[in-house]
Amino acid sequence: MGVVARELLVRSFTMERALSGRAGFFGRMLGISMACLLALGSRLHAQDPPAKSVREVVAEAAVLLDADQQRSLVESLATADADEVSLWLAKWKEGEIYLYQDAAGNDMAVLLTGEVDAAGTFALSSVAASEPVIGSDGNPVRATKDELYLADTDSKLRRAMKGVTDLMALKSPDDEKRLRAVEATGNEQDLEKLPLLEQVLATEKDSKVKKALKQAIAMLKLRSDDPAVRTSAVQELGKMGSIAAQGAIKAVRSDAEAAGNAALVAACDKAQLDIDAHISRVNTAGTLFRGLSLGSVLLVVAIGLAITFGLMGVINMAHGELIVVGAYTTYLVQNLFGAGIHMSPFGYEIDIPGMNLTGTSWSLYFLVAIPASFLTAAGVGLLLERGVIRFLYKRPLESLLATWGVSMIIRQLFRLVFGANNVQVDSPSYLSGNWTINDVVFGWNRVFVIAFAALIIFLTWAVLNKTSLGLLIRAVMQNRGMAACMGVRTERVNMMTFAFGSGLAGLAGAFLSQIGNVGPNLGQNYIVDSFMTVVVGGVGNILGTVISALGIGMADQSLQQILGNPVLGKILVLGAIILFLQWKPSGLFATRSRSLD
Amino acid sequence: MKTALTGKLPTVFLLAIAVFLVVVMPAANAMGWVDNFTLNTWGKYLCYAMLAIAVDMLWGYTGLLSLGQALFFTLGGYMMGMHLMLMIGKLGQYKSDLPDFMVFLGLKELPSYWTPFYSFSFAALMVIIVPGVIAWIFGYLAFRSRIKGVYFSILTQALTYGAALIFYSNDIITMGGNNGFTDFRSVIGMDIRSPETQRALYIATAIALTLVFIGCKWLTTSRFGLIQRAIRDSENRVLFSGYSAANFKLFVFVLSAIIAGIGGALYVPQVGIINPGEMTTDKSLEAVVWVAVGGRGTLVGPVIGAVGVNAMKSWATRAYPDLWVLILGATFVLVVLFMPKGIVGIPGQIRGFFDRRKHRQNVREEDLAAANAKPEAE
Repeated sequence: MGVVARELLVRSFTMERALSGRAGFFGRMLGISMACLLALGSRLHAQDPPAKSVREVVAEAAVLLDADQQRSLVESLATADADEVSLWLAKWKEGEIYLYQDAAGNDMAVLLTGEVDAAGTFALSSVAASEPVIGSDGNPVRATKDELYLADTDSKLRRAMKGVTDLMALKSPDDEKRLRAVEATGNEQDLEKLPLLEQVLATEKDSKVKKALKQAIAMLKLRSDDPAVRTSAVQELGKMGSIAAQGAIKAVRSDAEAAGNAALVAACDKAQLDIDAHISRVNTAGTLFRGLSLGSVLLVVAIGLAITFGLMGVINMAHGELIVVGAYTTYLVQNLFGAGIHMSPFGYEIDIPGMNLTGTSWSLYFLVAIPASFLTAAGVGLLLERGVIRFLYKRPLESLLATWGVSMIIRQLFRLVFGANNVQVDSPSYLSGNWTINDVVFGWNRVFVIAFAALIIFLTWAVLNKTSLGLLIRAVMQNRGMAACMGVRTERVNMMTFAFGSGLAGLAGAFLSQIGNVGPNLGQNYIVDSFMTVVVGGVGNILGTVISALGIGMADQSLQQILGNPVLGKILVLGAIILFLQWKPSGLFATRSRSLD
Repeated sequence: MKTALTGKLPTVFLLAIAVFLVVVMPAANAMGWVDNFTLNTWGKYLCYAMLAIAVDMLWGYTGLLSLGQALFFTLGGYMMGMHLMLMIGKLGQYKSDLPDFMVFLGLKELPSYWTPFYSFSFAALMVIIVPGVIAWIFGYLAFRSRIKGVYFSILTQALTYGAALIFYSNDIITMGGNNGFTDFRSVIGMDIRSPETQRALYIATAIALTLVFIGCKWLTTSRFGLIQRAIRDSENRVLFSGYSAANFKLFVFVLSAIIAGIGGALYVPQVGIINPGEMTTDKSLEAVVWVAVGGRGTLVGPVIGAVGVNAMKSWATRAYPDLWVLILGATFVLVVLFMPKGIVGIPGQIRGFFDRRKHRQNVREEDLAAANAKPEAE
């Protein structure tokens, strides 16, 4: 094995290191096998001139005068390291590479480096070796831009460069990159690429990329000279419901119309209909999914209120602020896991050092934040109940006013401690990203929202119906006096119930921090919606809250989709709620009672 | 609940306050003893006082806590604002007949519903009609299905929220969006920024407040007021006695909306700006705070509360800008917990405290006497 082969082996290991972060095992295997192949190859062709590095090739190509030679040199880069090639080709394309003629009259590709000085000159660094250019006098050469020639690129050369980078992208070991490259190639509709795509398709394993390849091939075939091929391509695209192909199909249709090819026109129309149907299916599915996730958000936000307002009859205007407490707790926990936090409330400087975790161990912060936000919000709720609300059980309208005062105080405290601006809560990696199934995008955080809502509902149901605390809660809510006579300590039950409801609000906060901004006014955005949800669901009924939250969420998203105007949709929902209460004044599931309010 | 203080306040005293507000203040301003800024600030306070009376008519007298009164206040303001916007004429930044924000939105001509607002009397009529009609529709629906108590509050909150959404976006009606209306130039042919106009506006506000006060006083002391309070204290008994509580409530709701609307219409030319930020539940609740602080179920209370809290706000926002919200929130909690009848109720609370102490003392003395008497009997 020659020197070159060893060098290649080393290089392929560095490539392997670069890849292993993203592509894992597959990439590593690829890297190693490639290295072996190359090593083998170099032994077979030991007499070949030694392979040049990318920068050497670029430097050589840039100074050539003959365009065809330039192109063939650029095309020879197709087997080199993808990142390096795209870096250097981009530099060339964007005019960063200049030509410098030394005293002997030889051209040399250089980069301008360092600061520009008063005379407008730069230091020069050679592309091939990345060393300063030394003049005949032994000093580094400086030159102005005018003294140098720009390494030009003509359109043919640029196309060749693009061909190289595209090809590399198509063979990239990263599924995502390959997918994007395939889609881009399809949109270009360059018939010359057809054999290449077919060749890639033959070896492709990933189903998504495969599908994209088929679509891209069909789109290339739209350019075929043979009308029969075009017709079958159009039909195939229609069957696939290819959204990206719409423009191309339209173009084919107008050409076909001009050429009087009725069969092709009909095929185009049919395909367009199929695609439209597919789009509307995708939109409907998307709307349903968004509606479900919005409904889940409402549900999580309103479930705490369903306890405090629905079961206890307390109008807690500070419910939104309890949500904020949960959200900021999440923020604090995140920063404790990360770089720590600096606060300056009331002129005091507080520094809390963090644990400086990164990667997976950092993203575990959310698992800690969930119980933490439940407990902090429950604690704040407990204080609120002991300090204010317990005096006002018989005066519900006044509990509304007093809790509003509390909500103002809490909001202002957050503003003073954490600042008036939104704070950054980063989602752990397992909550960002999405699945695309059949063109419908399912964001992981939204899927998480739905699962989380289901879990919370289940837990609430279990607490209320399967624990002794739940039994006491229900007893006190149904008939306080009688419960007290039976020896239930109603004061204590009130306290626990309120703390439980507040804790649920805190959970909602932890959860909202993952899908939106966290700021002092976060809770205000949800307070109207969550009250409406509880009122529509029927006070004192968890199932009612679930149905009304999902119903309002779905209605909101569908109206937005149909009207194309979020404000109008929201207003129609509010109007519909008011009219709904005409029909059922005590909500979906009224608690029947003979008492006169 | 008896009207705590007003019943006993001599009419002469109230008259003196009215004369002071309507005549003495502006006269002192004309003489240069009271500066323009102070007079303008007081004009604002008196508008708030009207809003407070509107809230009190509903909450204090009828037991309906509406979180939508700021909406009606703002609606009145917007109606007046539309007229004032058109009166700017070509003096705006874009030198166009259209209000600036419409030019900015790329509108070529005035939307049809704006045209009648060139007339001041039409705008003045709309100040009454628009809040009135919206209150009537909403109130009819709400009271017909016997929505009451906190449910009424929550629904009015939703109404306000929905309206604010409409006004924030320029899609549905063109009302200036976020920025609302501002930069007014003239009202009834007079320069809106001149001290004379501002004084005239102040006088108009003071007179309007006096009239509203007298009207509400008359209404609440009549048989109507009796039924109002009966609804507040026990709606079912009123129903069983054969009164249509819903109609009474509807009337009060509409009346209250109109009073708030007038307050808003007078507020806008004095403050010089109106935007949807005024249309929030927070602002309604703030008005409820004034009433609670001043003393609900009275008519003097809301006025004292509105002027007092706002004067405190003007001072505190300058002295302690960060802490002001904390002060207001804490005041609110404390008032609700410890002063359910507000400032006006303080003398009653003190009297009650002494009465109870006296009563306890009497009881103790009687016990003592009885104890002393016992041995003799033995």
